[in-house]
Amino acid sequence: MSEWPLYEVFVRGKRGLNHVHVGSLHAADDDMALLHARDVYTRRNEGVSIWVVRADAIAASSPDEKDPLFAPSGDKVYRHPTFYSIPDDVPHM
Amino acid sequence: MTTTESDAELQVGFDATIARNERIEPRDWMPEGYRKTLVRQIAQHAHSEIIGMQPEGNWITRAPSLRRKAILLAKVQDEAGHGLYLYSATETLGVSRGELTELLIEGRQKYSSIFNYPTLSYADVGTIGWLVDGAAICNQVPLCRTSYGPYGRAMIRICKEESFHQRQGYELLTTMMRGTDEQRAMVQESVDRFWWPALMMFGPPDEDSPNTAQSMAWGIKRNTNDDLRQRFVDMSVPQAEALGVTLPDPQLRWNEERGHHDFGEPDWQEFMQVVKGNGPCNRQRIAHRRRAHEDGAWVREAATAFAAKGVPA
Repeated sequence: MSEWPLYEVFVRGKRGLNHVHVGSLHAADDDMALLHARDVYTRRNEGVSIWVVRADAIAASSPDEKDPLFAPSGDKVYRHPTFYSIPDDVPHM
Repeated sequence: MTTTESDAELQVGFDATIARNERIEPRDWMPEGYRKTLVRQIAQHAHSEIIGMQPEGNWITRAPSLRRKAILLAKVQDEAGHGLYLYSATETLGVSRGELTELLIEGRQKYSSIFNYPTLSYADVGTIGWLVDGAAICNQVPLCRTSYGPYGRAMIRICKEESFHQRQGYELLTTMMRGTDEQRAMVQESVDRFWWPALMMFGPPDEDSPNTAQSMAWGIKRNTNDDLRQRFVDMSVPQAEALGVTLPDPQLRWNEERGHHDFGEPDWQEFMQVVKGNGPCNRQRIAHRRRAHEDGAWVREAATAFAAKGVPA
């Protein structure tokens, strides 16, 4: 028998925080994935909300392409506040 | 867009990441030996968590109070969770949990030798928490910094939970030590049986551990077996004193010069026998795991069939 599909699990630790990836699990369907995620990843009040998504539904950048993909931001130092020199005696900036 | 790099260039990138003490992540290029070593080590670790449910599960129905029963249930449930975190780490390396389960029940992959010893008395629940989980913590805390990202993250979650395991065991033993002479004798007898197998949990001596050097170069392991064993002995001695039990090693004594305890040599013949499958409970543990897997087949099939119908909840 083939294995149940793989789900990735994301948990919101508390109100005000993003959902964060915590791991994965196998489940037959979405409902079972949520129940298993509760049992596996939130046994000690680690979360107030869970997302599960089938791993095969995630599109990801390829590690092979990380240079061409991220290089364009590498040489744009003017996007950072530290690029600009402001006299030391100017307040609140 | 994709430029193909040669293996040599990829190896340089990998080595540089390790040298910077950064983590390797799932889809990064990695040497085949690195991947294989990780799969072997993480799978063995995952299997240990799953098989480790059995010796303690043995006492759930006979725990002496509801409090102890609830604690033991929570602990055994944690072990299942730990196994799942680790199987999920191996899956990022392209090996499925199903494949690993098959390898385990066919006896083609190993788990920690400690779980092939029986739990003969209820005091063993306490001793396992104190010594076996204590040894596991010694092993596992440095693995939180292992070079493979998903493995390190799984270890961080596990270590947080292991602390409860060790403390409940030690508390159980202190409670028994405040009891009757018979209960104190039970604790001592249990410690006598588990001390040496706990020392063996760190693996063979460094000179007989051929993979250690490569694993340390790759940042998979952070300490040698003997270093961790020494650390465990040094931690356990004052805990044993506070508990009022004797550790069964006549050679155990403080060495002022080294700043560590000297201790005797575990019986490595016995260790090899247990690793080879001839420990007291090897067959029973695997047979039980196989039965649980096979008895659960109809549940997996029914859930798959239900999911295929697409009935909304």
